[in-house]
Amino acid sequence: MMIPALLLIAFVILASAGVAMVLRNLIHSALLLVLSWTGIAAFYLWAGAEFVAFAQILVYAGGISMVVLFAVLLTRPARDAELPVTPPTVLRIAAGLMASAMVGSITVMAVLTSHLVAPASARAPGLTVKDLGALLAGPHAAALLLVGVILTVALLGAIIIAAPEPAPRPEDQP
Amino acid sequence: MIAVAPTSDRFLEVAPLQLRDWFIGLLPQSLRWITSGLITVVAILAVFGLLFAYLTLAERKILGRVQNRPGPNRTGWFGLLQPFADGVKALTKEDVVPRDADQVLHYLAPVVLVALSLLGFAVLPFGRHLVPVELDAAVLYFFAAGAATELAVFMAGWASRNKYSLLAAMRALAQLISYELPLLLSFVPVVMLAGTLSTTEIVTAQGGWTGGWIPHWYVLTPWGFAGFVIFMIAALAESNRSPFDLPEAESELIAGHLTEYSGFKYALFFMAEYFGMCALSGMAVTLFLGGWQAPCAWLEFIPSYAWFAGKLLVLLLGFMWIRATLPRLRMDQLTRLAWKFLVPLALINLGTAAFWSLTAGWTGPLQLVRWAVALALVVTPFVVMGRRLTAGVAPRTYRYAAS
Amino acid sequence: MLGTGLIKGLAVTAKNLVGSYHDPARYTTLEYPEVKPKLPEAYRNFPFLVTENATDPMGTLRCVACQICEKECPPQCIYIEKSKDKKPDAAGKPQIYPAVFAIDTSVCMSCQICVEVCPFDAIKMDQEYEIATTDRFGALLLNREQLAKPNSYYHQIHPTEAVEVDARLAEERRAAEEKAKAAAAAKSAPKSAAPAPKPPAAPSAEAPKPPPAA
Repeated sequence: MMIPALLLIAFVILASAGVAMVLRNLIHSALLLVLSWTGIAAFYLWAGAEFVAFAQILVYAGGISMVVLFAVLLTRPARDAELPVTPPTVLRIAAGLMASAMVGSITVMAVLTSHLVAPASARAPGLTVKDLGALLAGPHAAALLLVGVILTVALLGAIIIAAPEPAPRPEDQP
Repeated sequence: MIAVAPTSDRFLEVAPLQLRDWFIGLLPQSLRWITSGLITVVAILAVFGLLFAYLTLAERKILGRVQNRPGPNRTGWFGLLQPFADGVKALTKEDVVPRDADQVLHYLAPVVLVALSLLGFAVLPFGRHLVPVELDAAVLYFFAAGAATELAVFMAGWASRNKYSLLAAMRALAQLISYELPLLLSFVPVVMLAGTLSTTEIVTAQGGWTGGWIPHWYVLTPWGFAGFVIFMIAALAESNRSPFDLPEAESELIAGHLTEYSGFKYALFFMAEYFGMCALSGMAVTLFLGGWQAPCAWLEFIPSYAWFAGKLLVLLLGFMWIRATLPRLRMDQLTRLAWKFLVPLALINLGTAAFWSLTAGWTGPLQLVRWAVALALVVTPFVVMGRRLTAGVAPRTYRYAAS
Repeated sequence: MLGTGLIKGLAVTAKNLVGSYHDPARYTTLEYPEVKPKLPEAYRNFPFLVTENATDPMGTLRCVACQICEKECPPQCIYIEKSKDKKPDAAGKPQIYPAVFAIDTSVCMSCQICVEVCPFDAIKMDQEYEIATTDRFGALLLNREQLAKPNSYYHQIHPTEAVEVDARLAEERRAAEEKAKAAAAAKSAPKSAAPAPKPPAAPSAEAPKPPPAA
């Protein structure tokens, strides 16, 4: 029961991500990406991590997908216009291989060095939301703070980039 | 998985569960688990489907009365059969799909929208024993399910291949990005004070009365009231209701993302709108209005689900009242209200709630200090930021209006 | 303070909502097919022909088929055929009458010019607004039987105007009779043919426009 479900989830994640890369229609790709993210949330649910799963949907399907779609809509003039894809050169292929090799090796190392837990433990969630909060605010408080600072800096940077605007016209006021 | 109805409670309180248990008892053992789940789903669909039908009627009646006209009154007694006539009409209408539309997404959008808007009902505690699914992170689940609905609106708008629909899709996205934040921030204080993300426990935390008369609902505290108001404003925007119905905006965008929809798909969009409205109101009842708790100790003899239904209906009537009153906001006003007013207020409200939580032990005259400080923390930012928001434009003067 | 305007607005709609159940001033809608609105006196839509007597409408038409209205009508929606014979009118004088008098209401624009040029007060504006038909050509072309309505109906829809018209007509009739009597007394000659009504009628009509020659 657990393993077929995992295989199904993995298939959905990988298939939607793969098809998203192949499709020419950017909106379709973006929507498939959302499906892929939702699949990841399903995987978290499968693994018994309720909180992370819902947070994944809330942040990725709810928030980031909007930003992606918005960016696509605002930057593309016509929806069927073909992307100007330049033919692959040796340099490009090499760069691509290098990048995938690095990501792949890191992933493989991470998988190999972590001690795997039997999926049987997934049935009952080990951590409640409260425990998660206690862990985040206790042992991992420094990391949490660091992430918060980085995000704040990013936000400030975005505000500074967007800040210079002409004086408001009277009709722009509420 | 089968929760057997507790027998200790009063009869009316457990009657729905006992009915379910009796029915399940008639079935063979292997079917019981799945039937129990199905009955819950069917009950929710039936109750809220019927509620949807009569909410449309009530909305049309109320809007009519506000505008000095009677509203639908021909089909059946007082127009009571009108929703069914509308349903038949929607089912028998031709389903027109534009030739250039994205066929798959155009078809999927209403289905996804209704499915997503129904998900939220799973975690609402409708009564003392009536919780469809008990989740540890129920509140988070609810908002995760709700956040994705706007994606379906986007799909509908984009797939129609109509410039009005596309504009509506973009507006829906912008609106969601703006209002998701105040919506989430407004209920964080509740989670802080209740110390849990589970809806049942949040309702339990609001139990009890002071002197048997004043309930311990969160809306009756300064931070709770502020949070409730912010939540309701964001909920209006989230469910695309007037005055935040910019994606639909009949006067500007024909019908926005609904322009290219007809027949039952169009009806599905409306169904999703009302389901979303019901779910968000139900969540507001759960988070701020004490859920199924009775307002006074001696009123407890009325079953808890009746209290939930009553509070839900009051909020829904409020939605309609607001729709009958307020004109639609402009896009820039909408985003300004969210980012420059609601988000900071919600953040300050977080601080107020923290203060309230830390001073829980204060008694006697200190209680007055606690209330005064909390009220000041709520009212001052509201007044100051309200002034800034409306600086130079309010009160308006009209050049040609004779005084 | 921010929000007071919203609350004021909500109070207004709430008052209307509650008031619509007990205050007729806040519930102004008429349920049309059952309850018909009381039209203002000045309301006008499509002309009709005035008859003196409701029991014999075709015999007592005021119209003498002079065809002024037919010529004046801007969209030319009036069609008149004169009769070959003469019939006595309300005053007993023999007059030509319209053998055919038809108005195409699909063309008529309710401009009231026919009423203003009529020297005999024979055509007046109606208040008919339920004009939907299933037959576009036949049912919208009204003949004289459909157009003829008694003077009492005219009194009913335009009371003030009808009283004025009646007074004027009575005055004209009296003047004509006196003139005829005086003529008879002075000359004791046989009756002069039909001189009376026209000259005084034209200047006293609402529009001072004299009937054009062509």
